[in-house]
Amino acid sequence: MAEIHLKSLAHSYSAQPRSAADYAIREMDHIWHQGGAYALLGPSGCGKSTLLNIISGLLSPSEGEVLFDGQRVNEIPPEERNIAQVFQFPVVYDSMTVYDNLAFPLRNMKLHESKIRSKVLEIAEILELQPLLDKKAKNLTADEKQKVSMGRGLVRDDVSAILFDEPLTVIDPHLKWKLRRKLKQIHEQFNITMVYVTHDQLEAATFADKIAVMYGGQIVQFGTPRELFEAPNHTFVGYFIGSPGMNILDVKSCQGGVEFNGVQVPLDAELCQFLDEVPSNNIKIGIRPEFIHISNETIKGSYECAVIHIEDLGTYKILTLDLAGNLIKARLDEDQQVPEGRAYVSFPKQWLKLYVDEFLVEEAAQ
Amino acid sequence: MTKVENNKAWFLVLPVFLLVAFSAVIPLMTVVNYSVQDIFDQHTAYFVGAEWYREMLQDPRLHDSLLRQFIFSGCVLLIEIPLGIAVALMMPTKGRAASLCLILLAIPLLIPWNVVGTIWQVFGRADIGLFGWAINSLGIDYNYAANPMDAWFTVLLMDVWHWTSLVALLCYSGLRAIPEAYYQAARIDRASKWAIFRYIQLPKLKSVLVIGVLLRFMDSFMIYTEPFVLTGGGPGNSTTFLSQTLTKMAVGQFDLGPAAAFSLIYFLIVLLVSWLFFTTISHLDKAK
Repeated sequence: MAEIHLKSLAHSYSAQPRSAADYAIREMDHIWHQGGAYALLGPSGCGKSTLLNIISGLLSPSEGEVLFDGQRVNEIPPEERNIAQVFQFPVVYDSMTVYDNLAFPLRNMKLHESKIRSKVLEIAEILELQPLLDKKAKNLTADEKQKVSMGRGLVRDDVSAILFDEPLTVIDPHLKWKLRRKLKQIHEQFNITMVYVTHDQLEAATFADKIAVMYGGQIVQFGTPRELFEAPNHTFVGYFIGSPGMNILDVKSCQGGVEFNGVQVPLDAELCQFLDEVPSNNIKIGIRPEFIHISNETIKGSYECAVIHIEDLGTYKILTLDLAGNLIKARLDEDQQVPEGRAYVSFPKQWLKLYVDEFLVEEAAQ
Repeated sequence: MTKVENNKAWFLVLPVFLLVAFSAVIPLMTVVNYSVQDIFDQHTAYFVGAEWYREMLQDPRLHDSLLRQFIFSGCVLLIEIPLGIAVALMMPTKGRAASLCLILLAIPLLIPWNVVGTIWQVFGRADIGLFGWAINSLGIDYNYAANPMDAWFTVLLMDVWHWTSLVALLCYSGLRAIPEAYYQAARIDRASKWAIFRYIQLPKLKSVLVIGVLLRFMDSFMIYTEPFVLTGGGPGNSTTFLSQTLTKMAVGQFDLGPAAAFSLIYFLIVLLVSWLFFTTISHLDKAK
């Protein structure tokens, strides 16, 4: 059992990194607590797998430390780290039976065969692999193989964390759901720290208690799915989480708020004061399509838009609107009236977020 | 949709049919023709049935060289396959060193067979050959032209030098095809070096090894040029293999009938052993 602490960790694949762009992982501090179910979410190439391989020890970080329960493990090879890792493509030992595959890590530890047997049978039962135990591993289907590779991580008593590197990529959609639930059950049963790498927000949200969103080699936000949805810390989180993502508009600072293409959006005095002090010109506002208020007639503080497109998704509709030359998306629930041609939108204050240099400006009061 | 019979399609396979007929079927049938007749000249030929076959199967020359041939091929496989795997495992995986190793390995394969024989003929001589001289200087009496054991040793060494590269190159390509994740998973499962070899590398090499074993068996079983140049089959008959016995009979003594029967038996042995090997392996694969 372990708490995994990444201390001023950074990694570059080039020998002499010069600029920030040379880093696959930019300097970060992060703690994975013992027993948590975490997801590491981000687009391809953001450094998720690199980070995972650093934790498991397959890769040695070029800077910083990896601490397990406060102990530096940088120099400890993966085989001595008490960590299991499940890879994107299932790895099974083809020539062995399922039983032998599951027993393999234990045999390598030179455990007694009777102990191995009870442990293998226990895990086979949890993963529903008993009927396959005598089958050769290479004749299994992809999802069975992936269960076997998970099983090899679970049989070891000494495993303190299991790392999953997009383990469900090659699995059929209807089995994905089953396996994900299985993982969740296993997590509850064994109280093992689990870190699950994925680029699928749904997968992350169903598996994990807390999600770390990675972007450009950094963890830009670490929070519950709800936090990520309601208060994205970074414009990328806003854009990446949610379907469709957050509306993000480039704006300029003005008297009493911000403006774009002649549209003025008032902000709280506190935020206006903050904007007056920052030198940056990179100012954006963001609001989720779900939180945009839509009506058929003009009300106080609303803006007129042209309705460009309506997507009917059954239980709700997604409206694409033209607001002073910017396209924004808004969600319209089933029972709401569908505006024709023109719509009037307003942005409820508590859901309107201000971003300077891509990061959220938080109000002290909130 | 109904199928339309179009027998003209048969004309499309005609070129292949003709090619195979002229390159393989007709020459083989000629041999079959010789093996069942006693032919004196163009107009005088007697049908003898299975007589030549019976004679050949009882011929001690054939028995002796067949035995030698099996021992030779067995030794070749026992040495070259493990050695080739070992070389492939030790080769660097990337960079200049890898390219250099590949070129070095390819060199023996590019040398004409009779040149290989000549190289070793000179190389093994005690008076002017570096190898022969070095062995003799160590105090070991070595003379491949006089001592049958030395001759065998030299012929085997020559074949190992010539052909291990092929096995090594096949295995090298097989090893490169193993995804990195297997090695990573093995490290996390705490597999020893031996376990990695036994449970990851060897199973993944199986298909290239099947090809390697088949090629080396067939080639070594039909070997002719190199021992012929090196020892001429001697001393005595100690390194006379099947193909050499056959050539002596067909070209030297002009016994075309028995030689034809002999070569068909020879052909069937190669075919039979290869088939047995291949079906056994594929059968093991299907089990479970």
